[in-house]
Amino acid sequence: MDISKIDQIIDKHDGEASSLIQILLDIQSEHNWLPKEALKRVSEKLQVPMSRIQHIATFYKAFSLVPKGRHQVHVCMGTACHVRGAQRVLDTVQEVTGVKSGETDSDLKFSVETVNCLGCCALGPVMEVDGKHHGNIAPSQIASVLNNCE
Amino acid sequence: MTRLNSPEKLECARKDIVSRIDPTKPCISVCAGAGCLASGAAEVIAAFKTELDFHGLTTEVNTKGTGCPGFCERGPIVMIYPEGICYLKVKPEDVPEIVSHTIKEKKVVDRLLYEDPATGTRALRESDIPFYKNQQRNILSENIRLDSKSMDDYLAIGGYSALSKVLFQMTPEEVMGEIKKSNLRGRGGGGFPAWRKWEESRNAPDPIKYVIVNADEGDPGAFMDRALIEGNPHSILEGLIIGAYAVGAHEGFIYVRQEYPLAVENINLAIRQASERGFVGKDILGSGFDFTVKVHMGAGAFVCGESSALMTALEGRAGEPRPKYIHTAVKGVWDHPSVLNNVETWANVPQIINKGADWFTSFGTAGSTGTKIFSLVGKITNTGLVEVPMGVTLRDIITKVGGGIPGGKKFKAVQTGGPSGGCIPEAQLDLPVDFDELTKAGSMMGSGGMIVMDEDTCMVDIARYFIDFLKDESCGKCTPCREGIRQMLAVLTRITAGKGKEGDIELLEELAESMGAALCALGKSAPNPVLSTIRYFRDEYEAHIRDKKCPALSCKEMIAFHIDPAKCKACGSCFRQCPAEAIHGGKKLIHIIDQEKCTKCGTCLDVCPSRFGAVRKISGEPVPAPVPEDKRAIA
Repeated sequence: MDISKIDQIIDKHDGEASSLIQILLDIQSEHNWLPKEALKRVSEKLQVPMSRIQHIATFYKAFSLVPKGRHQVHVCMGTACHVRGAQRVLDTVQEVTGVKSGETDSDLKFSVETVNCLGCCALGPVMEVDGKHHGNIAPSQIASVLNNCE
Repeated sequence: MTRLNSPEKLECARKDIVSRIDPTKPCISVCAGAGCLASGAAEVIAAFKTELDFHGLTTEVNTKGTGCPGFCERGPIVMIYPEGICYLKVKPEDVPEIVSHTIKEKKVVDRLLYEDPATGTRALRESDIPFYKNQQRNILSENIRLDSKSMDDYLAIGGYSALSKVLFQMTPEEVMGEIKKSNLRGRGGGGFPAWRKWEESRNAPDPIKYVIVNADEGDPGAFMDRALIEGNPHSILEGLIIGAYAVGAHEGFIYVRQEYPLAVENINLAIRQASERGFVGKDILGSGFDFTVKVHMGAGAFVCGESSALMTALEGRAGEPRPKYIHTAVKGVWDHPSVLNNVETWANVPQIINKGADWFTSFGTAGSTGTKIFSLVGKITNTGLVEVPMGVTLRDIITKVGGGIPGGKKFKAVQTGGPSGGCIPEAQLDLPVDFDELTKAGSMMGSGGMIVMDEDTCMVDIARYFIDFLKDESCGKCTPCREGIRQMLAVLTRITAGKGKEGDIELLEELAESMGAALCALGKSAPNPVLSTIRYFRDEYEAHIRDKKCPALSCKEMIAFHIDPAKCKACGSCFRQCPAEAIHGGKKLIHIIDQEKCTKCGTCLDVCPSRFGAVRKISGEPVPAPVPEDKRAIA
């Protein structure tokens, strides 16, 4: 891991402790997770105890303390999708990938997560793979979408 | 870009922008809101650019990506000006035809127009479509007129004139008076009068004050704030600066969910543009008033939509709420007075200033003035964002604007207010949409999610769904919320799994009562979905508990799939597609579901051709014994 990149992120936020969440968000989007060395660096530079960083990293859902898979599968579980059968979509995704919601497989191919509303309720139920929305998806179409992922 | 340092210069700049706009020049506006983007709007915009280039029309025709006009069901939406033609469900393949027919030959492409499902008549313009015709779109109507990334577009429709008016023609007290007179109530959920927060903050002795936009829109099924902040970010910013002036704040925050990357991008861009032109920063428009604003991204925590939790998050800590004996308007961010309002509330402010409180109160009811934006979703024909005056009935919203329930199904309930709200049944549909009326019915206005449910939705499961959502989102700081929700979920899961016991309903009611002691609104209102479903749909709870039957045929553990031997034509669709290989089939053999292997995914029901309709769901009764082997042959 390139520690100078972490320093750049911290400097971008003027090294202020109040920007801790924003700094962690930037690290998360850079690495897709929060590596321990990065957190240590943040703790040193901002003079914030590691316990507080851990508190934040585990409190907010955007953060991950383990590496994520190459393909991010998000199943929308918002109310509109729920009434249109999101649970069946999630069940099928879990079956096809063999990954439970919130987990990543051992060869880091898929991370499966549920999200509460992607804001495109007209398309429900929605599955999002690597940022691309698949709207009105039927459980029978899921395998073919996911099998296209390398 | 030069800073505009007087109201006169602002008006000059505006005139200049308007003079450069040729109203007769064709303009193609494509909705670039989240819903349309998800259904391919970016590809449509790209196709228009390529096609116009091919015809050498790039300079003669404008193309822009605009904010969301609301009709998500029929996206991507394309508007052609100056005629105002509205094309729906446009695909990149349709683009060459639109350019050659509509742009070049001024002819209409009939098949892309809205078609009334009942009469078959087509509607040329937005205003002819029933979905739009029955709304009062004071705020949302601006979205489609604006390129959401262009400040000039906002200035062209009169942007920042309200700010200029308050800074030069009104005292902070007068601004406060106007907002008070308008009786603008918080659009984020509670409906707390905006002026009261403002006044409390203004009167607090601390000289350092903050104003905050709450764009942490976490209610599942609600995306009004997203559409506003993505589509018309300058209107939110203008409202916020006006609020800052009234309150006496010089710093502000905009708290946006990181799940809304486009909103984050557009509001950041708007702040940069506004700073360049002197609407943000030191000495705004030469008035001597200073104001700076920062965007803070939320990191995924529903509870941060609560004011004190949001403010804790702004300080860079875990967003947990605190008791509010002292209001955040007096002691908020870093213990300074902080006024927090929802996106839609701020968006109303410039209009109230420009058009006056009397104009604003001409919409709505005595207690709830103005309009409200709802996201109308679920089992409804016209999914999308709708803006209606307060006081219209739920029935009008669902039938006139929403177009009723699709697929000939029967309406069952409408859920308002997100996880803090409740379900309203058919019998209450004539209730006017008003902060106080909805609360009386056991629900609440909430931020504006309106989820329509039909006969296939199980109300016990909906209650379980919300409680399950809240179990994940409870911050865990106070016991009534943390433990109460967990226990409620255990009882509801038990009921939906067919293991409910006599007394469970009473236990839920008892738990609900004790949760009134929770620290913040999340916990206090958490029982609402449960209590309202018990109140209106007690029979469904009882059917689950006593008859082990899910009347909506939805709870997985209480249903079974069965192939009617008299209807099965052995087409093999279900046999081939069953992911669990639970179907015994064969050529000219009646298909049978192996109940042991069946995962109840429902694929067989989906794929059974409707002309056969052989697969059905059953609940509360034994599955008929399979047809004996010697009787399976179909002649």
